[in-house]
This record gives sequence, C-alpha cells and structure tokens, in this order.
Amino acid sequence: MQKLLLLGDEAIAQGAIDAGLSGIYAYPGTPSTEIMEYVQASKEASSKGIRALWSANEKTAMESALGMSYAGKRAMVCMKHVGLNVAADAFVNSAITGANGGLIVVAADDPSMHSSQNEQDSRFYAKFSFIPVLEPANQQEAYDMVHYGFDLSERMKIPVMIRITTRLAHSRTGVKRQETKPQNELKLPENLRQYVLLPSIARKQYRELLDKQLPLEQEAAQSGFNRYHEGHDKSIGIIASGLAHNYLIENFATHTLPYPVLQVGQYPVPLDMLNRLYEETESLLVLEDGYPILEELMRGMLNKGKKIMGRLDGSLPRDGELNPNIVGKALGMHFDIKLQSPGIIRNRPPKLCDGCSHNDAFLALNEALLEYGRGRVFSDIGCYTLSALEPLESINSCVDMGASITMAIGAADAGLVPAVAAIGDSTFTHSGITGLLDAVNNNSPITVLILDNATTGMTGGQASSALGKVEDICRGVGVHEDHIKVLKPLHKFHEENVKVIKEELAYQGVSVIIPRRECIQTLNRKMRQKAKAKLMDV
Amino acid sequence: MTKDIILAGVGGQGILSIAACIGMAALAENLHLKQAEVHGMSQRGGAVQSHLRLSSDEIASDLIPEGKADIVISVEPMESLRYLNMLKPDGYIVTSINPFVNIPNYPDMEELLREIWKLPKYITLDADQIARECGSVKAANMVVLGAASPLLGLKEESFAKAITSIFGSKGSDVVELNNKALKAGRDYAVNHM
Repeated sequence: MQKLLLLGDEAIAQGAIDAGLSGIYAYPGTPSTEIMEYVQASKEASSKGIRALWSANEKTAMESALGMSYAGKRAMVCMKHVGLNVAADAFVNSAITGANGGLIVVAADDPSMHSSQNEQDSRFYAKFSFIPVLEPANQQEAYDMVHYGFDLSERMKIPVMIRITTRLAHSRTGVKRQETKPQNELKLPENLRQYVLLPSIARKQYRELLDKQLPLEQEAAQSGFNRYHEGHDKSIGIIASGLAHNYLIENFATHTLPYPVLQVGQYPVPLDMLNRLYEETESLLVLEDGYPILEELMRGMLNKGKKIMGRLDGSLPRDGELNPNIVGKALGMHFDIKLQSPGIIRNRPPKLCDGCSHNDAFLALNEALLEYGRGRVFSDIGCYTLSALEPLESINSCVDMGASITMAIGAADAGLVPAVAAIGDSTFTHSGITGLLDAVNNNSPITVLILDNATTGMTGGQASSALGKVEDICRGVGVHEDHIKVLKPLHKFHEENVKVIKEELAYQGVSVIIPRRECIQTLNRKMRQKAKAKLMDV
Repeated sequence: MTKDIILAGVGGQGILSIAACIGMAALAENLHLKQAEVHGMSQRGGAVQSHLRLSSDEIASDLIPEGKADIVISVEPMESLRYLNMLKPDGYIVTSINPFVNIPNYPDMEELLREIWKLPKYITLDADQIARECGSVKAANMVVLGAASPLLGLKEESFAKAITSIFGSKGSDVVELNNKALKAGRDYAVNHM
C-alpha cells in the first residue's frame, strides 16, 4: 500500500478511521487540533458515518466519548495538555467506570510552550488515574498505537491515553496503513451498574482497577513498544521515552550506540525491564520530552542509589523540549557550532491581524477606561490575549479558559470597581457561562466583553459553539436585557462604542457588551471559497 | 543521499507549500523524509520555520541537529539569517531579497545583504520580480524553491509532478504559473551559481 504523508496528528486520525472508530470528540487546542480536522475532512470518515463535531469544551468531549464507549463503540477524544485539566474529572473517573467500546484519550503536550501557558506532562495524569499510556516515537507508531490502543482498551476494559508532544503532532512523514476494521455494533455493558460510581460500586471497581495494573505492566512488556537494546559499554544505561529516543539515535548515525538502552513507548513501564537496566549498568541517563517522571521514580526522594542523570541533576535542561544537541551534550559530546545568526536579527512578536475586530474593540475599551486607570481588565485564552502586548497593552490576566469573568468577580469583591472581563465567544461557551451565572447571582459590578468573531480563531478558525447564541445565553443566565449591548467594532463607530462601554462601566451590576465582527481570516477564507465556486460555475 | 533543509519565512508566505512540494518530490523518488512544521500562535505574522530532512536511509530525529543543515531556503532575507546556527559552515543559503516589514525596527537592508554575502555559498534573488514576470507575485515561493532545486538532488520531473498534485485542485492555470515560477527560479540559480 502507498505510504501517506501525514502529520503525527493526522496519523492518529487515520489510524482511528481505519481501526473502526465510530465517533471523535474534541475542543480545538494547539497542537491537537489537526486530529479532529483530519477526520472532518476525510471523505472516508464521512462515508463510514463517523461522528466528528467540535464539543463545547474538553470535559463535554470526554464525557460524550465515554458515553459512546458505554454503548459499545470505539470513541476517541482529543485535547491539548491543559485541556486535560478541564476534562480531568471525567478522565480520572473513567478509569473507575472502565471502558466498554474502545476508548482512546489523546493528550498533546507542548514542551517549550510553543502555543501554551505551561508545559505540564499528561503522563502524570495517567499515572494519577491508573490509566495506561502509549507514547509514540514517530508517526508510524502513532498510527499503529491507535489500532493497538483500541484493542487494549477493549481487552482490559479501560480507557487508554495516547500522549504526544508538539514536535510529533506537527511533523510529517510517510505512514503505512493497516487493514481497516469495521465499526463495533451497539452493545450495552454486561453489568448495567458498571458506570454507576456510587461509593459501594466505586470501591469494588477501584480495587479492580488496582488489580489491572500488573496485567497492564505485563502487556507493556509484550506489546513491543518497550524495547531493550543491548550495549557493550555498561558505564551508562539509557532510558529514552517517545521522541527522546530519536534524538539519541541521531547522535549515533555514523557509529554504533555502545550503551544499553531501554526504549519506552508504553506505561506502566515493566519493572523487570527497568531492573535489568539498573543492575547491568553503573549509572543511568533518563531522556524524556516533558517532566522528569521516570527519572524522579528511578531516583526516589533520597537519591541514595546509583547515579541517575537527567533533568534533575543538570545533565539536561530542567525545562523545554529536547533536541539532538541537548541529548548529545548529556552524553559528553561536544558540538562546535561555527555559524551564529548575526545580532541585527529582530524578533517578530505575534500580533493581531490587520483588520482584526479585537483591535477596534480594545481601542474603544482603552479609551473608556482612561478615567479609571490601568490594571482592571481580566482576560482569557485566545487571539485577543495578544492585546496584552504593545501597542494595545489592554489586558492584565490570561490564566485558563473562562478565568476572565470569575477573576473579575473576585477583584470586584475586593473593591476593584469597575472590573472588566474580556473573553472570546468560543472561550465563553467553553468555560465562561457558569462564571457569568456566578456574577449574576452575586450581582457583581463587572463589565463583560464577549468578543464575538464567530469562530475559534487562535487555533485556525474552527466552528464556535457560541455562534448565534451569545445574547440568548446571557439572558438565560439572568443578565438584564438593558445591559446586554452589541457593538460593531469598526473605526468609524469608535466614539459611539466608547460611549456605550463608559455607560456600562458606570453601571453597578453585571453588564455584557458584545463587540461582534467576523474574524478577518475566516472571512477571507470564505470569500476565496466563494470566488472559487463562482469560477467553477462559469 | 541525505539533505537537511531549513525552510524559513513569515507566517502566510507559503513555506509550507515549498515543504509540501519537496516532500512530494522526495516521496516520488522513494526517499525517506521527515518534516517538522510550526503551527499555531507563531503563524500570525511571526517567524516560521520548518525542518525538512530527506534521506535514502531511515531518519531518526524530526529536528535537524544544530550546525548540520545543508541548505537554508528562505522567502525573506532577515529570516534567512535567523537560523544560521543550524547551517553547516559550508552550507548554502537560498533566499529572496524581498523584505517582509511588519516590525518598526526592521534592520537595514544593505546590512542584511552584507551578512548573507559574507557566507561562502549563497543565492540571493528578487523572487517577487521574477514571480511577477511569470504572472503573479504569489508564486514567489516557487521561484525560491526553483532557485534551490539544483541543490536538492531531486529530479526536475519529480517537482513538476508534485506541483500538479498540490495545485491541481486550484486549476490548470495555477499549476502552469507555479511550474513557470519554479523554472524561472532554477534558471536564475543555474546562471548565477
């Protein structure tokens, strides 16, 4: 079969389509977005009737996938690492309900924070929840692990995490497909109380979950994703997980790797394999893209055993993603880099697009706030976070999805009145609605700007769950009709917009202002498609 | 054969199309390839890069080791220098000389060119002008790819095939434009190397 040229994300999506997937659930988040987008664009997926729509947030996505698994079909849920925080309640408890149809949770971590606010490692969540992890080293493994993961999930009746990082998600290579499988038939769980986590049931199932850990470890020893490579030089034994193994191999392209290596691609990591490496060698080097999880476990708190090298002893940087040079240096290699980029190179900080509606909205807000002074605008996750930087310098916080409204409540409670929240339409329906309900119940003197550009912009213009619903939601939550104002964020309406914002800032209750104008990127895309369609007609 | 290539530019300048063309051409010649792209936040007018690795053997790392790239292909002069630490001491820079100025402190153009011309191997070309002569400035990225193509060790017909399969859905005139731009870039390079 001809190889397909696929991103890691796309390999996972194609793997799922081929492995009998019935439904995929996700909220957009770099670097995970392309998994859902690939399934949505796949003619094969739509001919198979695979369900592929965006969810309001990662928690609703995780729960919907769990429901599909309950009904006996194969489901996948995808998110970026911080999305797993949102889905955590459902994720952790799904280990105790277990799975019926195969259930795969894809968590895409972002070491070096290319497009994120932290570099948390999803393997911690899996360990915490007793959920097995597959960590591909390349796109082919990512594809193959989806097939294996669904089988493992059904055989062991447990959700399976596939953990990837940005570099794999957004790197492309040839991938060979396997034979396709049909979708599962609808099939209820044998025990209709399996998903009822009343304490008496949960206690029993939690013990069963604990009992699964040894068989899961045995699985990880036999699947072929954890491999022991012999080496004659026993001075160092190397543990290399996921992509880190590639960086190791890269340094030995021209000569043989002399050290024994345990290549890790599946967790829980078999103790026998770890023990063999530990006993055979004088010291260990642990290479992991992300947090030093295996390294910490190998050291123990007191670190009284053999020398363990890695991120904790300074052999590798404590943060950031690995690369071939960093790994080579940890093995004592020296790299003489002859060329350096000259000092005249300037940075190009990301900024709002020319013609972006957010720009006009923040210019109006800045002016309306002049009389109150700076430092009272709580914002959120999206393109508009860029308004923190020059030239706008409008906002003072960006913490997690939805935090703008709730932080404004707390600040207003403390006496910072007026406090302002600035949140995008998609982020509002992701996690802002409950916060707005708090504000209404609290009668907080806050002004909430819901920046409605009719899309999920930062991740490339995916459908927004809020489309056409923002005012209704605000009314439904209890915001008074008189204090729901819609603005057209355009330069020519600047004075008018400033006036409306000023009025609402002065109001001692909850106001919602909706600056509404479509994202310039999605608008351009639509116009191009329209022009193309017209061309086709002619 | 191995070729490690850094592609550089500003978001929206079409470096992923260059990457796709080289990738397809390499696949047609049964080479292994890995291509690490940058998506997400940095796309909005920010500096973007892609690591593209071709080899007759299996490739381990998605990232090119520092100081090991054979070529930097750039559609913007300042961006061609941003990843200079990745280039081999005797590596090639192939870049357009058309600046993309979206920052107030963009460096002096002559100084930039002096830095590029200090290097032992480079091809600098007015890709916008050459693309315009071919029919549209939009094909400037293909002009730059064309200029780099003699250095890549791939057959001319493999590129033509790649262009047809990538731009085919946009109509035959787009395919023709890109082929013309690619050839114009190659001719320029062959005459100026």
